[in-house]
Formats: sequence, structure tokens, C-alpha cells
Amino acid sequence: MRKVELLIIGGGPAGLSAAKVAAEAGVKSLIIERDFKLGGQLVKQTHMFFGSEKQYAKTRGIDIAGILINDVSKFPDLVQYETNTVVVGMYPDNVVTILHENKYSKIQADAIIVAAGASEKFLAFENNDLPGIYGAGAVQTLMNVHGVLPGQKVVMVGSGNIGLIVSYQLMQAGVEVSHVLEAAPSIGGYKVHASKLKRLGTEILVKHSIKKAIGEDYLKKIIISKLDDNWNYVEGSEQEINVDAVCISVGLSPLSTLLSMIDAKMKYVSYLGGNVPVIDHNHETTIKNIFVAGDVCGVEEASSAIVEGYYTGLIVAQRLGKEHQNHDALFYDYKEQLDNLRSGPFGEKTRLGLQELRGELDVK
Amino acid sequence: MLNKNGVPDLNLIKTRFPKQEILLKPKAITECYEDIPCNPCSTSCPFDAIHIGEDINETPKVDFDKCTGCGICVYNCPGLAIFTVQIIEDKARFKIPYEFIPYPLVDEIWDAVNRNGDIIGNAVIEKVSITKKQDRTALIQVIVPKELLYDFITIRRKL
Repeated sequence: MRKVELLIIGGGPAGLSAAKVAAEAGVKSLIIERDFKLGGQLVKQTHMFFGSEKQYAKTRGIDIAGILINDVSKFPDLVQYETNTVVVGMYPDNVVTILHENKYSKIQADAIIVAAGASEKFLAFENNDLPGIYGAGAVQTLMNVHGVLPGQKVVMVGSGNIGLIVSYQLMQAGVEVSHVLEAAPSIGGYKVHASKLKRLGTEILVKHSIKKAIGEDYLKKIIISKLDDNWNYVEGSEQEINVDAVCISVGLSPLSTLLSMIDAKMKYVSYLGGNVPVIDHNHETTIKNIFVAGDVCGVEEASSAIVEGYYTGLIVAQRLGKEHQNHDALFYDYKEQLDNLRSGPFGEKTRLGLQELRGELDVK
Repeated sequence: MLNKNGVPDLNLIKTRFPKQEILLKPKAITECYEDIPCNPCSTSCPFDAIHIGEDINETPKVDFDKCTGCGICVYNCPGLAIFTVQIIEDKARFKIPYEFIPYPLVDEIWDAVNRNGDIIGNAVIEKVSITKKQDRTALIQVIVPKELLYDFITIRRKL
């Protein structure tokens, strides 16, 4: 069995940032990435990021991926990575099983950071399995990674930031996004993204959702409907729209299942996107030396995942007896950055979610 | 309504504009109405004319005495929510961000479009700038009738 000092599961923004700070402190890490390249979801983000300069605001996501990858490549003796490799099992004593090209092998680590990210939620409606119905992430991968258009005329279901941003990117690629549907009474994502779309001619309809998809072998049209205050379809409000693709963007769930395998204490926290590991202020789970960073412990923007990665890498280095030379200054800086990113109205969900996770919030 | 369809009301739009006599020189208009964690407009301004402060969730405030209307914030805003405008007699000159190809060409006439996505007149293309510094957000300088001051937001190629 291979032994490593620090194993990082996931080579996205959180995992890469953790590896960088840990390496600065002299920790050797191995990043396991299931995709064929590092960068996580950043590699398909063609838009400029928000936040402040410390989280690379105004830089396009795809270029942030390049920066974070370059940061770890400055430590060739300390940071190793294996792509196209999946962690399929996690066991006591910090052991994981990985699968690479049909071969299983085991790795034991002094400490593990799970930075597996999140997966897309889907939506139940009639014929939702017709070809032409995609998750927003799949559309971004097809379009921005592989250069393949998902369709010519699209309706987006969901007006969170992902739905709004992917709609804009579809329009940039020459695809017509006729409608964005939002079940809630107001737009979910940043209004600046909504305004960008509206001026291009996309109709944004709140209190609306998709009712059914129509087509034989592939999607031809959809029926949309108004929703009442109890989220039920309003009879007689149906509209038929001809489309060849529908994009579903109704939120993300933390990819925390590996942690359930080792009996780390989990808690369902709706504010954080679903089932998340119970963690302390050091981002350590209830299993000693197993840490988490990024969306796996609560769905947020990539900016927060980057800072959580730095923060967790710093703490893990200290745990491994290799305290970063700027530990105290960085510790407070990262904490302050996270507080700043989460202090506005869009950070409320995370603030409440973390309180609920720590048992500091009375929930009905 | 901004919350329902992404279109701010005229009254809200006007809160971001200075008095018209100030617009005899070009000024940046920040159409950022929501507390989101973001501050590149402020940090990119070479004249210290846009202020957000310690809490990056605050919305930007433009100091119109300091703002020269240079347009640097226009392509640095991740929300594409800033433009510059100057009143020149019966016309208004805008510098807007634009992220679609093909770009317009100088002297072409494109449709002037409002925040609702409707065509509201003509926009004459004066300048198209896309430097490396702009990181793939073009800056398009256009002339529209002054009556469109509070309505114009973007351009669209004529069909």
C-alpha cells in the first residue's frame, strides 16, 4: 500500500489551493482528480469572477484554474497529482481505494482533505429523460470544454447564478435562450447577470416552471406553467415553447458520500445544499485528520472554495507538524476573506447553514 | 422590476446618474444595485473615483469630481454593469462593454437596445477597442440621440 503525507481528494479550486499552502509549509501531497485534467469546474467558467483581488476577482474562471495549477506546479517535489483517477472507497485508518484505468489500489495518508465539490440536482417532470434535456454543468462542459453546442433554441430552468451565467454563455455561442424560468417569486442569482440576459432579449419568468417535455426520440417542445404561492401549477396558464434543448439548473448538492463510508458524522443542512459532514472551526470532520474544503461542506461560489482550500491547507500543515512560517497572519487573513465573502445578503444561506451545522441555530 | 425580470425601474436607474450638466464630461455610471461581494471597479480605477470600502458587499459610489470617464472600470466589472456616458449637444456618447463576436466596425449603424431588450433607435459605432488588458471584453464607443440617455444600454447588429 502506498503511503502519502497528505491526500487531497479533488483537484478543483479547494483542492489546489489546499495543496499550495500545505506545500509552502513543506507538506508533501497527492491530489487525486477524476477528470482528465486539474481545475475542477473552473475550466469551463468563461466569465469574470466576483469577489476581491485576493480571490482573483475580474479574472475569468478558466484563467483562475491556470493560476491555481501554476501555483502548485512551483512545488514539483511536494505536490503530485493523478488525473483520470477516482477515489471509490474510504476506510478507517485514513485508507482510500482509487481506481485508475481499471486498476484498483490503496493509499494510506497521514491526513486527508476531501475537496470533492458538489453535483447538480435534477428536476422531476414528465419526459425529463428525453435527449436534449441537460444539466447546466453538462451544457458548459459540452460547449466550453469540447466546443459542442447543445442545441439551437434553449429554455433554462432555474435563475441562480449558474442558470443565468450559462444562459449568457449560450447566447455568446450563438444559441437562442428564449426563456429563463424561476419557480421562486424572485430571481435567484445576481441581478447584474439577469440584466445582462434581459437586454439580449431573453424573457425571465418568475413563479414559472417546466411542466412536461414533448418529443418522440428527442426533445421538440416543452409545456411551461405558472406556479401559485404553494408552488403548484396554475391551471390554464400553460404555454407551449418549441425548443431543441432544455437546461436544468436548480442547485447543487455536496458530494459528501465518501465521508459517510467512514462514519464521519453527517447532518442534513438545507442551507448548505444537503448532507454535509459535521466539522469544527478547523474544517476537521468528526474523524481525526480527515478534513474538508469547498462545496463538499456547503455549496458556495468558487471564490469561497479557494479561500477554504488555503485555510484548510494551512491548518493541516500545522497538524502534520509543519507549521507555515506565516501561519498566524494567514489564518486571520483567510478567516477575514471568508467572512467578507459571506457577509452580504448572498452569504446569508452559508451563515445560517454553518450555524445550523454547529447546532447554534434553532430550526423548526 | 429588477427582482422579477432583471430590468431596473427608471427611478432606480436615475439614482446612479449625476445631474445632466455634470455629464458634459464623460462619467462612469455603475448600475450595481445589489449588495454582492465584489470590488474590481473600485480597485481598478486609476483615479480613486469609485469607492466600496472595507465591506466588499457594499455597492459602489462614484465620485464624479474625480471620475474622468476613462472606461477602465467598464471592462473590469464582472457584472458588465458599468458604462460611461457624455452628453454632446443633442447626442449622448456611451462606452459600453461588449462580449459577442463578430465585433461591430467603426461607422456602422447598429440597433440601440434598452434594458428590456427592445430596439429603441440607432447607435453609430465610433470606436471599438479590444486590448490585451481588457481580457476579451470589448469597449464599444457609440453615439445615440440624447433622448435615449436613461434608456440605452447595449447594441445589436441590425437584421
